[in-house]
Amino acid sequence: MKLNDEEQDILAGKHGPVPEQALRHQIKVGDFFHAKDFVSVTQAHIMADTESLGEAGVQWLEGLAAGGKGQRRVRIPTITDPRGTDFAKAAFLGQTDAMLALERRTIAAFEALGVVMTNTCINYQTIQAPTRNEHVAFGDTGVVIYSNSICGALSNFEGGPSALSAGLTGRTPRYGFHLPENRRATLQVRVDFTPASLNDWGALGAVVGRTAANYWAVPVIEGIEGAPGSDQLKHFGAAMASFGSIALFHLVGQTPEATTLRDVAPAPLPSHRVTRDDIAALQRGYRKDDVVDVVVFSAPQLSLYELRDLAQLCDGRRFKVPMLAVTSPQVKPNADGAGYTAQIEAAGGTVLSGMCFYQSYAREIAEANGWRRLATNSAKLVNILGGYGYQPVLASMEACVDAAVSGRLAPS
Amino acid sequence: MTLFRARQAMGRIVRGRALVAHDGFSARYDLDRIAGTFSRPSHKLVGQSYVGKILILDTAKGGVATAWMLHEMQSRGVVPLAIVLNSVNPILAQGAALGDVPLLAVFDEDITAAVPHDAEVEVNPMERTLTVLAGPAP
Repeated sequence: MKLNDEEQDILAGKHGPVPEQALRHQIKVGDFFHAKDFVSVTQAHIMADTESLGEAGVQWLEGLAAGGKGQRRVRIPTITDPRGTDFAKAAFLGQTDAMLALERRTIAAFEALGVVMTNTCINYQTIQAPTRNEHVAFGDTGVVIYSNSICGALSNFEGGPSALSAGLTGRTPRYGFHLPENRRATLQVRVDFTPASLNDWGALGAVVGRTAANYWAVPVIEGIEGAPGSDQLKHFGAAMASFGSIALFHLVGQTPEATTLRDVAPAPLPSHRVTRDDIAALQRGYRKDDVVDVVVFSAPQLSLYELRDLAQLCDGRRFKVPMLAVTSPQVKPNADGAGYTAQIEAAGGTVLSGMCFYQSYAREIAEANGWRRLATNSAKLVNILGGYGYQPVLASMEACVDAAVSGRLAPS
Repeated sequence: MTLFRARQAMGRIVRGRALVAHDGFSARYDLDRIAGTFSRPSHKLVGQSYVGKILILDTAKGGVATAWMLHEMQSRGVVPLAIVLNSVNPILAQGAALGDVPLLAVFDEDITAAVPHDAEVEVNPMERTLTVLAGPAP
């Protein structure tokens, strides 16, 4: 990679060992992808739950935080994805003291590095959405696909070590979706319906993701009517990223880079058609059993408006099985103030903050609570939890709340 | 010996047995990282141990956790010896860089069809090559 004078100084250790280590990591990745140089970034977002880090990852962070001479704090605004717990609800989840101790060490290390613990995967709804053509270094695939596609920002998937490195150096290798030529569509998807519910939006994203099935694929989608809202596109993108490792899509006439099809597809592309039957089939595929052990709304964290809808559905109900709703620390105070939290918890539900279900030792909390058959309206969550030993089912928010009351999902 | 050339490469030279499937890879979605096995019921390698094996798979799947998890797995010695993919996403490369896991990606052929399951192979990132040294164990 071609390095400018400042980058050569960092590599020579003139800014201290921490930025030097960060830049060396970035050069390894940049060389792998044949990046020619670095591009400056304005924000970084780090995925760093402690189930992923483990003791080794936490020690690695603590080593950086110990720092020694020179710069050891991030140069640009750098924030975090959900952590692995809601400390106030850890006992309810069945998390152990060892898990919480690891979380506390991680927080201390990040704070020493100047990282702000926002604990959110919906920073584009709660902290600051990036703008068109803004180069950023975001982690969490749902954050990246939303920022690239809906906001027109430029980011690759930046895993925790790389996002932190970007925060420490203020730059990232210029490859992938930082390059305009990689943002053109590579396949065309025609849909003949517009989803209404969030689970249907997620299922559509899942089908498109499975069809594209490659990080370098960029679907352009035609046929969506009206103006989908932020929560609908959040579930659509998060599922597409989860099922297909997709980082960018275009909706013709809706997303900023695709005013017309020709803007992103100057030449004919491989074409696919997705029908309502396709998304129904995807959802049926998860339906093995009507009995439900736990209902979870998470992945991504719920917006204030999702919590409002959920609270209305919970009003006057009484749950037979646990129902968890997970939101961000920025949304939770508003949900408390508006009475949504009280409405949900009066029915027997639990509102958690700052974590995400699958990032919170999902296997261990399943074993601690006897949770296996899980109902959710998040397509992303059903895709992830199979590997953790769950039997997840995808259903509407209404059907999931009904299941929390009866312990069974009604026939679809 | 049969030799295949990769366009993307990182890490050390290693030799070992190949664990091959035309399926994806994500440390979070697919693995029981404590047991060292594939745990996702729909994965073609479900139930098989990946520890010390050279994984030859199709592509990297969704999720960013692999960027941390390969490092964590390496620290406990419950890690693949190397990873070889038809196509890779940034997360796999970032995880391999931190976790010191040799990585090859992008070949002229479908590498999951070209290398026999359980063959003895050499991964040479310096030369960007994958060499089949011997067929499956009898």
